[in-house]
Amino acid sequence: MAQLSCVNLTLGYEGKSILSGINFEVNAGDYLCILGENGSGKSTLMKTLLGLHSPMGGTIKTSDGLNIREIGYLPQQTVVQRDFPASVREIVISGCQGKCGIRPFYNKAEKALAESNMKRLGIENLAKRCYRELSGGQQQRVLLARALCATGKMLLLDEPVSGLDPKVTADMYDLIKKLNNDGITVIMISHDIRAAVEYASHILHIGDFIFFGTKEEYIDSNGFKSLKGAV
Amino acid sequence: MGAVYENAGVFEKLGAYLQFPFVRYALIVGVLIALCSSLLGVTLVLKRFSFIGDGLSHVAFGALAISGILGLTNDMVIVMPVTIISAVLLLSTGKNAKIKGDAAIAMISVGALAIGYLLLNIYSSSTNISGDVCTTLFGSTSILTLTPVEVWMCVILSIAVVVIYILFYNKIFSVTFDESFARATGIKAGAYNLLLAVIIAVIIVLAMNLVGSLLISALVIFPALSAMRVFKSFKSVTICSACLSVFCAASGILISIVCSTPVGSTIVAVDIAAYIIFWLLGTVRRVIR
Repeated sequence: MAQLSCVNLTLGYEGKSILSGINFEVNAGDYLCILGENGSGKSTLMKTLLGLHSPMGGTIKTSDGLNIREIGYLPQQTVVQRDFPASVREIVISGCQGKCGIRPFYNKAEKALAESNMKRLGIENLAKRCYRELSGGQQQRVLLARALCATGKMLLLDEPVSGLDPKVTADMYDLIKKLNNDGITVIMISHDIRAAVEYASHILHIGDFIFFGTKEEYIDSNGFKSLKGAV
Repeated sequence: MGAVYENAGVFEKLGAYLQFPFVRYALIVGVLIALCSSLLGVTLVLKRFSFIGDGLSHVAFGALAISGILGLTNDMVIVMPVTIISAVLLLSTGKNAKIKGDAAIAMISVGALAIGYLLLNIYSSSTNISGDVCTTLFGSTSILTLTPVEVWMCVILSIAVVVIYILFYNKIFSVTFDESFARATGIKAGAYNLLLAVIIAVIIVLAMNLVGSLLISALVIFPALSAMRVFKSFKSVTICSACLSVFCAASGILISIVCSTPVGSTIVAVDIAAYIIFWLLGTVRRVIR
């Protein structure tokens, strides 16, 4: 049974549709990479999946015990965050906020969850450090730990390696693959086709042509071949 | 000998002044307003809304002018709702507005200031308009003419602001640090922005008595910026900002009484001095590392 399925989805905002006829489903443990050129609607698709935008048409269904609020989201960094005075621990535990409801403070279980997720990503020694003093790769790990606090099932990653150097990028991809091997479903937005083909199990390509299928089918598709020809 | 005598003189003078209830009222209200505004200041500075205090206080000035013309005995009936509505409009427009945040604030701010002054000049029955305007803009004496009712209102509102801030502290942190993540985990970010807007408006209206329209921004941003020079976590920045703001307000009021300087600008001057000290501390710390 699919954890997340989208049927005939139409996306857009302010009454203008930018993308239509999107069909795909994600099963537990999948690693889906969403590829597309800049401006093809990747971010809009992601925001729609998270429930931040409503779709203009079609349906998004979650099942298998997945609540749309339990998707762990790794957004792209904003300007505000770059000089934000907050410790790593404060940021990681803020991922538990969705579990709190209207309860004002975190309970013991949530504090323990934050600690264990910091350990899981190897940043427990940074817990007291200030976020703005960390390197780009460390900051991404902090935000990933926060996303893990919000979910045990599915991660949505928006360009998780943008702005990182090649070594850190490779580490980040390995880390994501490791989390995926532990049973967490991963949906990743990227324009890095090479990494997508290497790590993902499924590919959704939007933009010039729309494609959804397994990685192997994607490599055999005409769209991919035409892309390779262009490169 | 002379210096010692003078010191004793200062404390005797202060002791004598503190006998007056209006001086004690001024201290209580000043400290509470400084506390509230610095709590919210951290969030506002980080959300890039430093100037909202300025904009809203000018709106409050315009509203005050209108209520003066209408001859209302209680200004708050008009000033409070108008300021709250403007705050909600300014904060809720957000990123997608046709006019961006800073331009919208600037527009409302100068617009309200100009209209307020214009109306005062056309309709006011007062013989000393520029004196009135100066008082409203720089809050020179109104802090020393507070009635017990006003003091109690300020105490109650301040307690409410502090309690709300503590109860929603974690959510405010989430919404400030990353609004889209907060929304994705189900936090109603819009509702919290609204709550922040209302609290800010209330603080601004209260603070007009203390430092006047033009200097409110200083109370909001200086303690937060000073704390951010030295401290590294959100909690320590918030606590330091609150303590620093209370200290600066109290010492500013006392200094202004002893030296008979204007209350508002003295507090702001102390805030500036504190900022310079914290900036130096932060720089020294970074160099040593």
